[in-house]
Amino acid sequence: MLRGLKKLGAQISLYALVLLFVAFAVFPFYWMTVSTFKRNEDLFHVATDPAHNPYLFNLPPTLEHLTQLFFETRYVTFVLNTLFVGVLVVGITLLISVPGGYSLARLSGQWGEKLGIGIFLTYLVPPTLLFIPLARLIALLGLQDTLWSLVLIYPTFTIPFCTWLMMGFFKSIPKDLEEQALVDGCSRLGAVIKTVLPLAVPGLLTVVIFSFTLVMQEFVYALTFILSVGKMTISLGVPIALVLDVYRWGPLMAATLISSIPVAILYNLFLDRFIAGFTGGAVKG
Amino acid sequence: MATIAREAHKIRWRYLLDRERVLGSLLISPAIGYIVLLVGVPLLLAIYLSFTNAISGHLEADFVGLKNFRTIVSDPIFLQALQNTFIFTFVSQLIVVILAKILALALVKSFPGRPLARFLILLPWVAPISLTTLAWDWVLGASNSSLSVINWTLRAVGVLGPTDWIYWTAFPSSAMAAIILIHVWRMLPFATIILLAGLTSIPQEIHDAATVDGAGFWRRLFEITLPLMLPIVAVAVLFGIIFTATDMTVVYILTRGGPYNSTHVLASLAWQRGIFGGQLGEGAAIAIFLLPLLVIVAFLMLRLARRTEVV
Repeated sequence: MLRGLKKLGAQISLYALVLLFVAFAVFPFYWMTVSTFKRNEDLFHVATDPAHNPYLFNLPPTLEHLTQLFFETRYVTFVLNTLFVGVLVVGITLLISVPGGYSLARLSGQWGEKLGIGIFLTYLVPPTLLFIPLARLIALLGLQDTLWSLVLIYPTFTIPFCTWLMMGFFKSIPKDLEEQALVDGCSRLGAVIKTVLPLAVPGLLTVVIFSFTLVMQEFVYALTFILSVGKMTISLGVPIALVLDVYRWGPLMAATLISSIPVAILYNLFLDRFIAGFTGGAVKG
Repeated sequence: MATIAREAHKIRWRYLLDRERVLGSLLISPAIGYIVLLVGVPLLLAIYLSFTNAISGHLEADFVGLKNFRTIVSDPIFLQALQNTFIFTFVSQLIVVILAKILALALVKSFPGRPLARFLILLPWVAPISLTTLAWDWVLGASNSSLSVINWTLRAVGVLGPTDWIYWTAFPSSAMAAIILIHVWRMLPFATIILLAGLTSIPQEIHDAATVDGAGFWRRLFEITLPLMLPIVAVAVLFGIIFTATDMTVVYILTRGGPYNSTHVLASLAWQRGIFGGQLGEGAAIAIFLLPLLVIVAFLMLRLARRTEVV
């Protein structure tokens, strides 16, 4: 009886604790949602009025901020720009890091692992250390204020992480499969394409999702290279140039909400593989 | 018969090995090329630029020795930025590690609704930081404090009097607190998820054996869980340090370094001077101060990797 109560108490405090953390984590997202659907008169009610509870809808909800976002701002342009850069960066990343990861896992012998770690470490070199020389380089190439500058530079952080991810992924596929295909007379490349690549599809998808979310999140390079509003990506354009008005929070929060949630859902699907990438060898099994 | 088979096998393998080397370097060279050209070379260029008087718009620049460094170390704004970078990183990471440890211990138990809890807790890490900082701006009322939900709530529960306000970004101390809050909020999921991976990798048998031997919860925590978790905690902290110390997005969106340049960090000040102000040389010199930190972290990570027998 007493043990049962104690267990119940532990269960309740566990839930309370988790709930507290969840509340902290989701509060800004909750607030984005509330702000997206509130009428302006409700949203911009001064915070000294104790009778006006900002957590509730004091007036019926509205879609006015969403229509404003899509029809009166450049949000759709930002989305299209982000998609353009994202698709190209994902393509470049796949083309370069999938063969690279395979090479490190299977063909490079002893130094493969070391080289892999070396490549991974370059992921640590932050944009904030590189944006000044890269601004110089982009100017030299005549790419300033073009989306191509982002297409060229973003792979510098997607390739290291994805090559490392793919290396781990290829290592987890048994070697026998390719060897069997080789014995059956396939060429090395043919063997890889026929036997390994189909098994590596989850790994490839991880690379796609991860690269795309990194593109979605990047701010510093975009701020440095892009000047015209028409060339901005979501993460730059929404905070910098979406609505230049004091009472702009409705469409702004609508934009942050619609831009964050799809990325979050995609990322969550592949979470375990990202963790494996970050923890590398520090976790066994 | 057996000898012939073995010979054939040997030849086949030598043939393969030869080709493997070639194919291996062929496949990895684009990755190395990209990284060398667009990370390695720019890194060196950053160091070189910090010794020049380069300005944007002009490609020629003169070598000026240590002039940029002399200028910045006598600049109080730079010293403040250097100090802020350390404060923001240290304080937020300290809080993150403690909270992440607690949260990971809670999430390691399986309970109904855990996948949902994990998804929600992860949101801050996944969503673009420039957008979520904007959301925090609105939540805190950094730009419109009279409309802040936090101010309303503090007033409702009696923490603030009827005439009190918190102007989050109007004063250096509250602006710094807000920046640290956002860093904690953002990095907590990352650290938690990594610690969680570490916790679940400790074999249950070790716990069982210790329990049979009479070890209680706290003893198991301090003598088994924590020591075994140390490498993974180190991974979380090292990444956390890098991500926080080199971030300029939070500062840029929330305060632009203000009020009175009191909340700049190295990265945001380097941007302000180098890109916005066009003084590439000076900006590069400011950013270079992040380099020692990176070298130390990279070194520690390599040691960590070696200790856990990866290399």
